[in-house]
Amino acid sequence: MTIALSVNGRAVSTTADAATPLLDVLRNHLDLRGTRYGCGLEQCGSCMVLIDGKPDYACSREIGSVAGRAVTTVEGLAAGDKPHPLQIAFLEEQAGQCGYCLSGILISAKALLDRNPTPSRAEIAAALDGNLCRCGAHPRIIRAVEKAAAMILQGAAS
Amino acid sequence: MSEPLPLSIQNNRRLEKWLRFDADRTLRLAVGKVEIGQGVLIALTQIAAEELDIDVACVNILSGDTADAPDEGSTSSSQSIEVSGRSVRLVSAELRQRVLGRLAQRLNCSPADLSVEDGSFLLDAQPTGHDYWSFVSDADFAADIEGSAMPKPASAYKVVGQPVPRKDLIAKVSGAAFIHDIVRPDMLHARALRQPSRNAELVSFDEAAVRRAAKGDFKVIRLANFVAFVGTDETVVQRAAVAAPAHAKWEGARVLTQAQQEAEWFVTQPSDDRHVGDPIPASVSGTVVEAFYSRPYVAHAAMAPSCGLAEFRDGHLSVWSHTQGVYPLRNSVADILGLKRENVTIRHAHGAGCYGHNGADDAALDAAIIAQQMPGHCIRVQWRREEEFGFEPVSTAHKTRIAVELDAAGKPVDWTTEVWAGPHVQRPIFGGVMLAHEALPNQPPPARAGDPPEANGGGGTRNGTPFYDVAQKRIIHHLGLTTPVRTSSLRGLGALPNVFAMECFVDELAERAGMDPVAYRLSILTDPRARHLIENVAARCDWANRGPVGTGKGLGLAWSRYKNKAAYACVAVELEVDQDIRLRRVWCAADAGLVINPDGAMNQLEGGIIHAASMTLKEQVMFDDQGIASVDWASYPIMTFSEVPEIATEIVHAPDLPTLGMGECTFGPTAAAIGNAVAHALGVRVRDMPLTRERIAAVLARG
Repeated sequence: MTIALSVNGRAVSTTADAATPLLDVLRNHLDLRGTRYGCGLEQCGSCMVLIDGKPDYACSREIGSVAGRAVTTVEGLAAGDKPHPLQIAFLEEQAGQCGYCLSGILISAKALLDRNPTPSRAEIAAALDGNLCRCGAHPRIIRAVEKAAAMILQGAAS
Repeated sequence: MSEPLPLSIQNNRRLEKWLRFDADRTLRLAVGKVEIGQGVLIALTQIAAEELDIDVACVNILSGDTADAPDEGSTSSSQSIEVSGRSVRLVSAELRQRVLGRLAQRLNCSPADLSVEDGSFLLDAQPTGHDYWSFVSDADFAADIEGSAMPKPASAYKVVGQPVPRKDLIAKVSGAAFIHDIVRPDMLHARALRQPSRNAELVSFDEAAVRRAAKGDFKVIRLANFVAFVGTDETVVQRAAVAAPAHAKWEGARVLTQAQQEAEWFVTQPSDDRHVGDPIPASVSGTVVEAFYSRPYVAHAAMAPSCGLAEFRDGHLSVWSHTQGVYPLRNSVADILGLKRENVTIRHAHGAGCYGHNGADDAALDAAIIAQQMPGHCIRVQWRREEEFGFEPVSTAHKTRIAVELDAAGKPVDWTTEVWAGPHVQRPIFGGVMLAHEALPNQPPPARAGDPPEANGGGGTRNGTPFYDVAQKRIIHHLGLTTPVRTSSLRGLGALPNVFAMECFVDELAERAGMDPVAYRLSILTDPRARHLIENVAARCDWANRGPVGTGKGLGLAWSRYKNKAAYACVAVELEVDQDIRLRRVWCAADAGLVINPDGAMNQLEGGIIHAASMTLKEQVMFDDQGIASVDWASYPIMTFSEVPEIATEIVHAPDLPTLGMGECTFGPTAAAIGNAVAHALGVRVRDMPLTRERIAAVLARG
């Protein structure tokens, strides 16, 4: 059985059995290792991806349930060689320490900015509550999301 | 007499072990300290670039590699800049001096007439046509490092002291970046079935049931009580590992009790008792007051469960690990597996922030054991979340008693800090054991209780001696000889529970003396750097208008000098207590002498504040009869984005003073500032961490 889906705008297919976690398919079958294993329990957000534009946990989603859907991972944020404003802002703010949580956080932040281009600090924090960060980079991460929001608005205006 | 050479140089006297100019106009800097999220690599890069006057972009750093990088022990205890940074500075200055000395001879000029710009050599500010890459020769590397070259004065720094961005973060916001993401030829995935405890014997194992649950092919490796599942499909071996515990029957596993979960348990246990400091006075003339404080077992709780890769080819074992110390790990792995140390190479690869001795080394040993059984493959072991929480070494529960004799004015004249705790460090080199070794046929003797010596800052005694002006002071340390679960180092060791106790108690002493807590501190503290920080934070948090006690709103302040010899930090916390504690704002000031990268330093200071706040408010490792029961993020919650307060941090710059390790300096002060703010908000003192709703309610109920 082959399961077909779109990942980062590219049509892909996999022969993995339908119960295989999306996370394993991304990492081991499609060689996209930016989506990370953290708990396998939908508790930490390290594995967050967008499925049809909505943030979801790749660790527990079975690949069979994603057939025909569009998945976006951290590797799909950049437009070609051009990093996403979130990636630029995170680097400018040095918004991370170990960085293990960042790909999931970037995904959650993208989902937030897609639906709310001008979030408040509290709205950003609430949108990231499904993502844990152990190093304590939270203030920088929130600043980086604010900065990216401003960059996106400015880009849209110019 | 000049200062002795840093240990890193004493142990690595060959220049080529540290520095090498490569043909692509880059410098390879090799160091023994490793990146654990703290940003150390960019700081070390800046130091080398500064002394050699080359662009930071031209420096490639190799860190943690037993084949190609110097042995600098472990990356721990906020020592990386103090020790490795000083070493890189001396080594780089020496290479520069040797090269320019030889060039001066060639050009028949004085070395003082030569300068370096972006790696090119100038004579009286005019190009010489030479640079490091064209001119450096083997002759410059011939002699052992003397450490006698004079580094640049701080006033000449151009790169050191600047917020240069880290290079490693680029990959970490784009895709594969960690040990977990490494793919090697002939790679197989593996998971272990964990022995519940030392001496537990696997008496039956229903392999067929596990195979049914795994729905795929895998190999079972078994050596005594070590069992692993190995296969090409990670999903299958993961399913096997998840299913396996229910189909394994063990005998002889240790049984834990609820009482063992609390620090109080150590008071009843046999201990190695030590007395550090002044003798106990023969007679007491003033009032003696005392209080007990505690912190339970806490977990490192890294975001990534540990991972290790190993391959055994042609008699040589290569291991990839996110360990804090590649050389100590190499020695342990070689000794356990019966290999010669020269036949084992450990290479560091980035993992999630570890904050101490977590499962990293154990996962590497798991992989190495399997690799030895399956030569020719790369074995990738990925621990599961419940495995990391359930089997990593945790930080020991820790109880502190403070007893102080006061003079007529309520100032301390005699101070005793008494500590009951298990070992704060049980790395194998300090008598600890590696996890899987206990399951192997060559099981080691039980772990030996030990703690770092006072010269290294102590373990349970860390920051136990007050930095205040007290005539007589001592620590009485009861080191528990056995612990119910494995314990080892976590950020700051005993500093957090001891500073929590001490700085909360100072607030209690101030109240007893009828003084404001800040004024009281300043009245018993002469150290000017500490006083400056306290005054700085008190001004910024508007301490003067702190308001009355017991309104539900609290403002608390605390400070310490980490290890009483590293960086200083002062923290104030504003919070509200309703049913739960909500942190509102935090102010911090720190003095770490010369700061190499102020942005990295700020990141560490703030990270320490949030980590400590999480620990103080929320964290406790829970036991059930079988072992650690808090094995996921629901049973071991940590601070979330919405709970993080606004933090305003200031670094007090002292560029002419030596760099002081600062990765752990905000830890204790944050815990104590929260304790003091809660007491201010409620009018009662909660002395046992974590300061949860239940513990606060219990204290309020007692009145």
